[in-house]
Amino acid sequence: MNPSTRIHTRLAALAVLVLGCAQAGVLPDDRADILWHRYNGGGITIQGPSILVRKKFGDHFSVAYNHYEDMISGASIDVITQASPYKEHRKQDSLSVDVLHGKTTYSAGYIGSKENDYKATTAFASVSQDMFGDLTTVSFGFTRGWDKVGELGTTRNDAVERRNWQIGLSQILTRNLLLGLNFETSESEGFLNNPYRQVRYLDPLEALGYAYEKERYPHTRTGNAGSGQLKYYLPWHAAVSGSYRFFADTWGIRANTAELGYTQPLFHSWTLDTHVRMYSQNQADFYSDLFPFRDAQNFLARDRELAAFRNLTMGIGATWEYHVSRFSWLQKGTINVRWDRMHISYDDFRDLRVQGVAPGTEPLYILNANIFQGFISFWF
Amino acid sequence: MNTRGWRHVAIWLLAAAGSVALSACSPITPWVKPYEREHLADPIMSFTPNPVSNTYIDHVYESREGARGATGGVGGGCGCN
Repeated sequence: MNPSTRIHTRLAALAVLVLGCAQAGVLPDDRADILWHRYNGGGITIQGPSILVRKKFGDHFSVAYNHYEDMISGASIDVITQASPYKEHRKQDSLSVDVLHGKTTYSAGYIGSKENDYKATTAFASVSQDMFGDLTTVSFGFTRGWDKVGELGTTRNDAVERRNWQIGLSQILTRNLLLGLNFETSESEGFLNNPYRQVRYLDPLEALGYAYEKERYPHTRTGNAGSGQLKYYLPWHAAVSGSYRFFADTWGIRANTAELGYTQPLFHSWTLDTHVRMYSQNQADFYSDLFPFRDAQNFLARDRELAAFRNLTMGIGATWEYHVSRFSWLQKGTINVRWDRMHISYDDFRDLRVQGVAPGTEPLYILNANIFQGFISFWF
Repeated sequence: MNTRGWRHVAIWLLAAAGSVALSACSPITPWVKPYEREHLADPIMSFTPNPVSNTYIDHVYESREGARGATGGVGGGCGCN
């Protein structure tokens, strides 16, 4: 059972980040990253590698390739209360090219992602332009996706189409201060809910006092997100950053995200960083933890992602930089570790592992997770 | 505000618009010179110093949250390299 079908779609969209972050006027560095990630929380473990290689060819052409995997095992609260534990393996490959022409960088790429019951194909293109003496960089991007949604044990083969439009602005404000602004509109159309997930409704004939039926989502969703971030260079060779994002969509979700970060180099070869991130959202219009009766409304959801909740995440990281004089092709390398602690408290999603109480009076669910990353990077 | 007051405001607005229009005809002088961008070019000032790590952690958030987008995926950069 797949508890998070849309992860696939988002993973593909996010891959644009790893491939499409070229700066205008300059091609990205030649570098390779080998990362191992591990998420542990809410009864599930997700881990796997991510490998990124970038290489320039001449002064105007650069290629990037990324391979990413998620290996999922365990049983989330949804699985415990509605199905059996499972294992799943998701793979994604991405390829992009950057072409530099004067102060303009053109980027295009392809992302393919698949697992046993979901396949996503994504294409993207963007253009970035430096202007005003390289004080300002303006970017425009477009992403298009085609997904196929399956359901194990059935012949389901539904389609989802995705379109994203992005605008970005990066601005040097002073010799110590940078500003970044981004706006993105996303549009999805097709079978958008998880074919396995169910909602619950009151049913006095059941021993628990409630029964389950399948979720039903609208077939379209449009969202808008706007964000701003500042980064300031401190006099003692450190950096502090702050960001804010607002999101709203046609499903009634409104979300706020704020993040603060601090980076401190130490002893010439070490860099330590820490950050805190706060997120909150209200519930979708058609979400309920407990519906009053079967088919209570046209659209039904009990997906935690659409519930009202707050997420507080704090993290620390360390980087050690080294040079190997024996290898002339290696400019430098880094070894990095990062640990994040995530705490999500839900306002209207109840813990159904607690039974023997009246439906709707179970304790609210809390998710705690540890997220670990270890990776090495090479610049060549 | 009387008619004379409105006329005064209109003159000032026209003067301001004229100044902006005239300045658009001449090249903008960078107020932070290239040789003053040493701090901005420091790796600690990058918004995404490790793309593979930034992408992963954004994936973790977006898999569990309703919001998405505007995380700076289409480019940007400080133009300070």
